[in-house]
Formats: sequence, structure tokens, C-alpha cells
Amino acid sequence: MKLLKKIRWILAVISIIMVTLLFLDFSGTAAHWFGWMAKIQFLPAVLAFNVVVIIGLVVATLIFGRLYCSIICPLGIMQDGFAWLGKKSKKNRYSYSKPLNVLRYVMLGVMILAIVLGLGFIVALLAPYSAYGRIAQSLFAPVWQWGNNLLASWAEAHDSYAFYGVDVWMRGSITLVVALTTLLILGFLAWRNGRTYCNTICPVGTVLGFLSRYSLLKPVIDTSKCNSCGLCARNCKAACINSKEHTIDYSRCVTCFDCIGKCHKGAISYRRGIKVSEAAVPASETKSVDGSRRSFLALTATVAASAALRAQEKTVDGGLAVIEDKKIPDRKTKIVPPGAKSIRNLTSHCTACQLCVSACPNGVLRPSTDLDSLMQPESSYERGYCRPECTRCSDVCPAGAIQPISAADKSSIQIGHAVWVKANCVPLTDGVECGNCARHCPVGAITMVPSDNSEDSSPKIPVVNVERCIGCGACENLCPARPFSAIYVEGHEVHRTI
Amino acid sequence: MAKHDINRREFLKRLGIGSGVVGLALTGCDSASEKVTSKRSAKTDIPTDSMTYRTNPKTGESVSILGYGCMRWPTIPGEGEEVLDQETINRLVDTAIAHGVNYFDTSPAYCRGQSEHATGIALSRHPRDKYFIATKMSNFAPQTWSREASIDIYRNSLKELQTDHIDYMLLHAIGMGKGMEEFKARFIDNGILDFLVAEREAGRIRNLGFSYHGDIEVFDWALANHDKYKWDFVQIQLNYLDWKHAKELNPRNTNGEYLYGELEKRGIPAVIMEPLLGGRLSNVPDHIAAQLQQRDPEKSVASWAFRYAGTHPGVLTVLSGMTYMEHLEDNLRSYCPLVPLTDEENAFLYDMADLMVQYPTVPCNNCKYCMPCPYGIDIPAVLIHYNKCVNQGLVAENRQAPNYAEARRAFLVGYDRSVPKLRQASHCIGCNQCSPHCPQTINIPGELQRIDRYVESLKQNKA
Repeated sequence: MKLLKKIRWILAVISIIMVTLLFLDFSGTAAHWFGWMAKIQFLPAVLAFNVVVIIGLVVATLIFGRLYCSIICPLGIMQDGFAWLGKKSKKNRYSYSKPLNVLRYVMLGVMILAIVLGLGFIVALLAPYSAYGRIAQSLFAPVWQWGNNLLASWAEAHDSYAFYGVDVWMRGSITLVVALTTLLILGFLAWRNGRTYCNTICPVGTVLGFLSRYSLLKPVIDTSKCNSCGLCARNCKAACINSKEHTIDYSRCVTCFDCIGKCHKGAISYRRGIKVSEAAVPASETKSVDGSRRSFLALTATVAASAALRAQEKTVDGGLAVIEDKKIPDRKTKIVPPGAKSIRNLTSHCTACQLCVSACPNGVLRPSTDLDSLMQPESSYERGYCRPECTRCSDVCPAGAIQPISAADKSSIQIGHAVWVKANCVPLTDGVECGNCARHCPVGAITMVPSDNSEDSSPKIPVVNVERCIGCGACENLCPARPFSAIYVEGHEVHRTI
Repeated sequence: MAKHDINRREFLKRLGIGSGVVGLALTGCDSASEKVTSKRSAKTDIPTDSMTYRTNPKTGESVSILGYGCMRWPTIPGEGEEVLDQETINRLVDTAIAHGVNYFDTSPAYCRGQSEHATGIALSRHPRDKYFIATKMSNFAPQTWSREASIDIYRNSLKELQTDHIDYMLLHAIGMGKGMEEFKARFIDNGILDFLVAEREAGRIRNLGFSYHGDIEVFDWALANHDKYKWDFVQIQLNYLDWKHAKELNPRNTNGEYLYGELEKRGIPAVIMEPLLGGRLSNVPDHIAAQLQQRDPEKSVASWAFRYAGTHPGVLTVLSGMTYMEHLEDNLRSYCPLVPLTDEENAFLYDMADLMVQYPTVPCNNCKYCMPCPYGIDIPAVLIHYNKCVNQGLVAENRQAPNYAEARRAFLVGYDRSVPKLRQASHCIGCNQCSPHCPQTINIPGELQRIDRYVESLKQNKA
């Protein structure tokens, strides 16, 4: 029965590669081919109210058990990787432990409450797929991009256009720290104890656990063959096999098939279950797990408070004027990308998985640092603007936070409006002609008019037709005034179609 | 296992024989080409005694037909600031002098003001009578239009060039900016031209002339006053493209044919600048390059331009801003000695020029006079990237063009490589502070905005 394990293993590897590529590939190819991998993730599907996916996952779990946790969830597969390393250093390292049901239900309750109350921060922290997304986006993507840039410089040297360089940009220090902390803690827990997180904290694991108790197929111990050697329990990363009682806690079993392969007697097989065995033990002893959870949250909070320094951009070329970096204007209302419908829709659906942030090719999206929308995407235009032909974020969002739009839709979705700042406007400050905002407005919402109403030859300044402005930020980004633009975009709480 | 070993040995043996054969074939080729090779093949040494010289009618001195333009000295790669690479400059100057080059043309404005200093260092390592120094009165900025400020520039040139006399002194780029008005402000009203004439009488300036770009009224005025100022030489732009097409490409410019003709009439020696148009006559559209090389496969595309400029008998020297040793070597091969073009070859080059003007390139020669742009745009880099794509056929007319996808990628990827995003054309606000400085009188904001519109159409896939 090692075949089952092999199949699981192969599917898991393919799956995690596909999901990871979604976060790494900035060309949009991976999103085109594997975009569905993000959409079949459980929590995003729930938030997007994607009925087909939810039913599919429920049915699959009712048939196969928590196979989702082993071959679809990237965070689960990543933990299996660490667990595999752990097993290399020490064989038979696990043992049965009682389920910590109180903790599990509390965490699930917290999650549901957080979703209902719109506490995006908590949802984002607990959701497994999002946790992996943050790790991939903030830790793996820079490495990938640096590698790409090496290839790009090689291609440039060979006059090839196969690779092009990209800006490696640490988009959010908080997100980076949260991702790093998650990786370290989960990696350590998985290395030592296997699927601890999945069976204590992960709300998706808990929900699927309810279903998997009743799954059609499950690993079953044949007591007539079992010699109670306990090898299965000592290799169960979910710590759910009670070899003494010959029972398996199916709410925690992630159907990895490791036990089946380990049993010398062939006493465990994956088949229709006969009885539902539950080990309903009160969760009185939650020391180790609770401790690590506490430290996880505590650490996150500490580092969240201390925002790291932003990387300084290197300025080169002596013969060129120094260009000051743009600074983020003080917006009353933040900007969220077209397709988000409203700030509220975004905050209530977004799991802060960073997929949109990874996909944005224009340096617009970055994780928010506001507590009420922590790590959820928001737009700003210092590095680029929301270009008319691009709909990448809306294409990839699995959670319905940014809904799919076409490029044509985009030109009529008003996500904000431009505001002119007289004090910074170059024709008035430098006495030169400009009009770069008007020249680049994709919807022609900006007109240059004489600054002095009675004098036609006076310097020309922009006026914005806010009815036509869509808030794309071309004007703000291309405004020559630095560090603050003379025209910037105020977000709209609710997007409008014009 | 033993069998395997034999196979491997056998394989290696065959490989050895094979490579031996290839080696033989290659050497065969080599020796074959050696026999028919001309003196200008890249393989042979450049003769040190064959430089063509022209005679200055006033002084009778011999000036090498290849003059070293010191506007494009190499910089140290990777340095944050643009620091000139003095070591390489010294080597270039040594090589040039060893092969008979004796005319070095610099200016206080070149290389962000560092050229005279670096040229002075390199030249002072050689006996002063081995070379002629040409420098200029580059009082472009209005704050240097006063007599005192201009004389300061002149005295500083003597100091930087470590000399007590200038062999060839030029009024720098008359006709640029506001034409006659600016010319008078720079040289006449402040008495600087009279001062320089007096310096010539005193022997500290041995030849006095001017370089010209832009408004033809100023050129004509200067020549009309030849009797008064006795120009010893005049520096003009001359090449096979501008001979007949300069005005056609830009109505504000004047054909080389007219400029040279006016000098010849008066017997004033011409110093030639932009014989290669900043490399644009080397980096020509692929099929034109092929035609040029087909006629003489062993000569570079650039060599045609140099032979063209040198063929005119009234030319004293042809300036080339040689950044790399390869440029210098190639030009030495063209001029050691100069083989003048035949009438038939001249006609062929004019045919090539007729083909070239059909390409919508921007006539930027990368002289960087427009830089720095106050808003940070790398103007020459944008224009050069565009020209490169035009010449390589990578500017697609529309989406239906057969190579649209390839051209689009090459243009956009290459654009980001050549010019950092913040220095691209999209940031041009049209303040037009650059255009008055352009010797080619390019409407820079117009061209940048045109290129930006093209980039935008590519990005939106709407071309």
C-alpha cells in the first residue's frame, strides 16, 4: 500500500509547486494556468461564496477524509516537508496525543467571529493558505526575483529578450516579519511534532475534521492482524493513532497514508470505515501547544509594532539629475484596486494571502499597515500606477475580495478621484510648461487651463473632471513634483461605475 | 565493462582526430585569408608611419587627417559618479600619437567639465611639439557671458591643458540657442572675439576659428566678416547623410554641401565634426550595413564615413570621439593611409543616404549637451534605444505586422534595460529646457512624447 503514499506525495509536490509559482511568477503565465489552484482553497472559497468549490471540497472530504490537508493546502504540504526533515534526523519520533478540542473549537469560534465582525487581521493570521501566501510572497519571491535578475543580466549580455529584470521590492515590513515568524514557528513545530498547527489552530482543519469523521474511506486498523507494535502511532504526524486502543481520531487524520506503509503486518488499510472512533478527551493539557501559540501571537504583535526601515534605493549616474523618491500622500480614504467594489467588500473577503500583491506588475499593490486591514492589499502610486491594460489582481483573487473585471470594465470603474495640490504644481513653482498629468490621463479627465482666469498666457494648470476620473493614478505617478506630487488620488469607499 | 572502456577510448580518439581536422580546416582558412588580406584587416598590425596628413595653409604645419575628439572619453564602469578613466585615456592618447595622430580637440564643457583636465594630463606626458591642442570658448551659460567670466574660462583652459598656448581656438557652437542674438551676447558685445584676436596676435593662440551648429544666419555673418577676423579654420558637421539631407531631416539645419562650399570658396580649411553622427553611421539599418559591407567585407561600416569625410580636399582634419581602443584602431586603419573615395563610391554612399533618410530615426548623436535634464530624464538613452529599434526593424507599424509580438517585447524589455523607469520619456513634462542646447536642433520634448505615445500603445497592445 505504499502506492497510495506515493500518489499522495506526487500530488502534493505538484500542488505546492503550482501554488508557489502563483506567487513567484510575475509574468502572469502561472496565474493563467494554475490560477484555479488558489480558487480551490477552502477559506477563500468560503469568503468568495464559491458554492461549487465548497460543495466539491465537502464531498471530497466526506469520501476521502482530510485529503485536502495533504494535497491541496500549501501550508500543510510545507509542514510535511519540515516533518520529513525531522524524521530524517530522528526516526519514529511521534506519539499519540489526545485531541485538544477546546482549543480547536475556540480557534474556530474566533475565526468565525473575526469573519463576521470583519476583523481582517485575525482572519489573515489564522487562515492557512494566506499564511503560506505571505511566506511565498515575502520570503520566496525576492529570491526568485534575484535569480531572475541574474538570468536577465545574462540574457542582456547575450542580446536576448528571454528574461527581463524586475524591481525586487520588500513591499511590507510587517508582512515580512509575520511571514518569517510563521515560517519559523510552523517549521519548528512541524519538524518536531508534525501537524500540530493543523490540528489545534487551523480553523479549516477543524471544519474539515468535523466532516472527515464520517468519511467513506479512511485508514482502518484490522485488530486481528495488529500486534500493537505502535509503529503506526510513532510515524503519525497528526498524532491521531491510538495504537493501544486500536483507534484512529479521524477528525485529525490528514490521510497521508504514512501509517499504512509503515505497518509490517499490513494491518492498516484505506477502505470503508466500520465504526467511527472518537477520542473525546477534554483538553486540559494544552501546555506545549498553547505556549507556542501564545509566543507566536506575542512575537507577531511585538514585531508588528516596530516597523522595519525601508530599503534605500541606490541612485546612480553622475550625469543625471538626482531623482527624489516619491512619498505616499496623506490620503483621507485609502485606495483599493478596481474589482474590489468597496473597501468594505475587500476587508470582509480578503484573507491577506498576498496573491494580488505578488501579481501586481506595476508596483501599486502592497500590504496595508492599518490594523483594521492589516496585510490586506491597498494601492498607492509612488512606483507605478494602475495601468489601463492590467487586470492581474482581479484575475487571481480567490476570495472574491477583488472580483474579476475586464480591461474594458476597468476604464469605467471609479476607484477614486484626483486632487490637485497647488503648492506643488511645477508650472507655478518652477515656471515651466508641464501638463504631464493631462497628457497621460487614460480617460481624458484632466484639462490644462490658464492659472490666471483673466490672463490666457499665464502658466497652465490642470483641472480634473472628477466625473470622468477613475483614480488610476497615472497623473500622480507621472507628476514631476517630488517627493509629493501636485496631483494625487483620494480613494473612494465604494467604487462607482461611470 | 572492458568493452565500455574501449568504446570510451575509441570515442575520445575519434573526437581527437575530429578536432584535429577542424583545427586544420580553421588554420587552412586562416592562411588562405592571410594571402588576400588587405592592410586594413582587423588581424594585421596598424602601420605607424602611414598616417595621411593635411597642410595648414597659414602655418604650413602638417595635421593628421584623424583628429582625436575628446568629448567621449571613457568613464570607469560601475562608478556611482561619472569618473573619467584616466589610465585608459592615457593609453588611447599614447596609441593615437604612436600612429601619427597629432590633433586633439577638447572643450571646457565636455565630459561634465572634466575633459580638458584629463586631456591635459594625457598629453603633457608627450613633448609639446608632437601635437596640436584645439579647445573652445564654451561660454554657453548666460552667467559666463561677461568679459571677465569668459576670459576666466580661457585662462582655465590653458591651466587645465598644462600649456602656454592653444594651437586651435574655437568660438564654440555659434548659431545655437537664440541664433544671432546669443552669438552677439557671447562674443561681440563683451569684446571676447576681439580679445581672442589679440591673443592670436600675441601668439598665445596660433589659429582662431569657430564651430557652427544651428542658425545659418550666424554662419553667414561670420564668413561675411572673414576679412575682419581672418578665420584660420572653421569646424563644421560633415558626413554623407548631412551633405544633402540635413535640411530635409530638420528644416532648421543646413546641408553640409553648402557649409563646405562656403569655406572652400574662401580657402578656409575645414575641421570636420560628426563624421559618423555619434555612431549613427556605424549603427545603420541592417540591410544598409549589409550593402556597405558587401562592397568591402573587410572594412567596417564606419570606415566608409571616415573615408568620405577625408576625401574632401579642403578638410584639415576629421574629428572622431573615440571611447574605445577598437574605435581608435578601426579609424587608424581607415586613415593609415586614407584611400580617397572614387566618384562611383561617393555616389554609392549618397544612395545609401537616400535609403537612410527613409528611417524615422531621431538624429541624436549622443553628445549629451542636453543633459542633465532637470527632471531626471536620460534623453540620449531614450532616443538611442528608439533609434536602435528602428534600425533593427523592431518598431512595428501596427498589431498586424508579422513581427509585432517579437518587436513589442524587444522594444519594451530593451527600453527598461537601457533606461531606468524614472528616467524614461513618460516623465518628460515638455519644459523644453533641453532643446536650445541641441546641436542637431532636435525638438526633444516632441520626440520624447512621440516615443512615449508609442511605448504606451505597445503596453496597451493597441499599436
